[in-house]
Amino acid sequence: MKKKRYFSLEKKKSLTGIVFVSPWIIGFVSLLLSPLLQSIQFSMSELNVTDTGFTTIFIGLKNFRQSLAVDANFNRLLVNEIKNMLLNVPLITFFSLFAATLLSQEFKGRMLARAIFFLPVVLTSGVISYLDNGNYMLQLLGMAGSDAEANFSAFSSLDLEALLLQGGMPPSIVAYLTGAVDRIYQIVTSSGIQIIIFLAALQSISPSLYEAARIEGSTEYEMFWEITFPMISPYILINTIYTIIDSFYNNNVTSYIQDMAFNNFKFGVSSAMSWIYFLAIAVILIVVTGIISKRVFYQE
Amino acid sequence: MNFVTNTISSASRWNARKQPLNRLGSILWKIVRAVLVLGICYIVLYPLIAKVSSAFMGRQDVFDASVVWVPRNATLQNFKDAYYLLGYKQAFFNSLMLSISSAVLQALSCALVGYGFARLKFKGSNILFSLVIFTIVIPPQTIMIPTYLHYRFFDVLGIYKLFTGKEGIDILGTLWPFLLSSVTGMGIKAGLYIFIFRQFFRGFPKELEEAAYVDGMGVFGTFVRIMLPNALTVMVTVFLFAFVWQWNDSYYANLYLGGSARVLSAQLAYLPGNITRITRDPSYTSLIINAGMLLVIVPVFLLYLFAQRYFVEGIERTGIVG
Repeated sequence: MKKKRYFSLEKKKSLTGIVFVSPWIIGFVSLLLSPLLQSIQFSMSELNVTDTGFTTIFIGLKNFRQSLAVDANFNRLLVNEIKNMLLNVPLITFFSLFAATLLSQEFKGRMLARAIFFLPVVLTSGVISYLDNGNYMLQLLGMAGSDAEANFSAFSSLDLEALLLQGGMPPSIVAYLTGAVDRIYQIVTSSGIQIIIFLAALQSISPSLYEAARIEGSTEYEMFWEITFPMISPYILINTIYTIIDSFYNNNVTSYIQDMAFNNFKFGVSSAMSWIYFLAIAVILIVVTGIISKRVFYQE
Repeated sequence: MNFVTNTISSASRWNARKQPLNRLGSILWKIVRAVLVLGICYIVLYPLIAKVSSAFMGRQDVFDASVVWVPRNATLQNFKDAYYLLGYKQAFFNSLMLSISSAVLQALSCALVGYGFARLKFKGSNILFSLVIFTIVIPPQTIMIPTYLHYRFFDVLGIYKLFTGKEGIDILGTLWPFLLSSVTGMGIKAGLYIFIFRQFFRGFPKELEEAAYVDGMGVFGTFVRIMLPNALTVMVTVFLFAFVWQWNDSYYANLYLGGSARVLSAQLAYLPGNITRITRDPSYTSLIINAGMLLVIVPVFLLYLFAQRYFVEGIERTGIVG
């Protein structure tokens, strides 16, 4: 008599687990892994696409040399983008923490303010921010100075700059501050999701901690740094990583890479550039995560 | 006894003396807070209001220095021009079809995959999940060319080539690339949705499923009959986000649909060029561009107005936090 082998429930569950995840595995292998490997191959070859297929000719590291040493724009664009990101990410994180703190208090119109703060997430897209180039009309009417970086020109800070310089502040700090003011629009519109995450984090801190602290007689300032800040530090890490990824999603470097491929048909060079770009992002992410993780307060 | 009452009375006297100062402090803070909140709201809303005001302006108002916000010759001409140049009727319909279908598919497939990761433990599930996070981190430009070629010469496991000897079918220019990537959980920001679903399903009490198993339901049946209905709010949130991001996306629209992409996001990018068919006047151009942007934004803006709660509270409830 044959012995029937039954699968235990655990085994059945883990098999069905694989079944549930299988669409994703198919997608991952065919739409990420294999294109990734192909992209490595393309970055080291010359690619020709015709109507019936494509051919590759292996040329080693020539494409990488082309992008880093020969191409006139790539290095400059990449470095500018990284500088931009290093400047923006702390500003965005601090601003969104600040805005979340504001929103976490009870006041009239709080729900409306929350909805407005989140609005840019829904309304911005690559095309709209590209077209929103300081609003042509205001530039025409000469109502505001035009910023070379195409930030929202109505918030130009020429007066602020003159005032600070006259007051005797060193020019480098003035430059940093006015750069920050000019970026206000950029920062506010990129903060939507971070504000909501911080808001949820703030509301998840149990009020009994604050009560106990108040009884002990600590001030609001102490309470912020000793209670609030450590409790939300994991979310500072999450938000920083999200902001970095977001800033690398759609910018001058990526447009340049796309241009190189579909307007100049230099597919191999474009692939090499995208790999250099990816490696730069990966290094930055690893370094930033390493630095911040050390200071994150984890509850046992 | 005396000591206690003395301390209490002196403490309350001290407190009473501090009261007006406390009240002054809190009133000051309320004013500062109101100013800050209003300031940030202004920064967010200003461009929107400027666009609305300029989109209704007649051509003469641009050069009229006394006109700042309210147009004197209010007109719908800009909207009519933008409507025509964007090919709005067709583009709107295409964008709508694309966004709805990919959002629905993404919500369903990410729920499936998220549940698989959450409840059903199998060997290597942690490694696979870290790969899911990897899909969010990697810039799409890295796989841009191979993905393009993949859909240009689309072939499943070489079957097509076996039968016809040709390289593959060209499915670019159709909705298929979007549908395929959504169904396999690799759409725009799909890794994020999978993460959200996993967090959500993890927070679910196991008793519900165990009761279902005791009653004889298979795993799949449990998923469809019990887990999905409970995950409805999360599904709605994911659907909304997927819809909005697909509507606003121009990268994939350009990549998969090419130069003649009849979706709103792509047509908006061509608008400045197309406007030269009507006029070369830069001030008039800006009016039409603003009207065009409004036409593209308005559907999503209305959606946000009605479903705003689901957007904002959705993130809080998904369990990314706490």
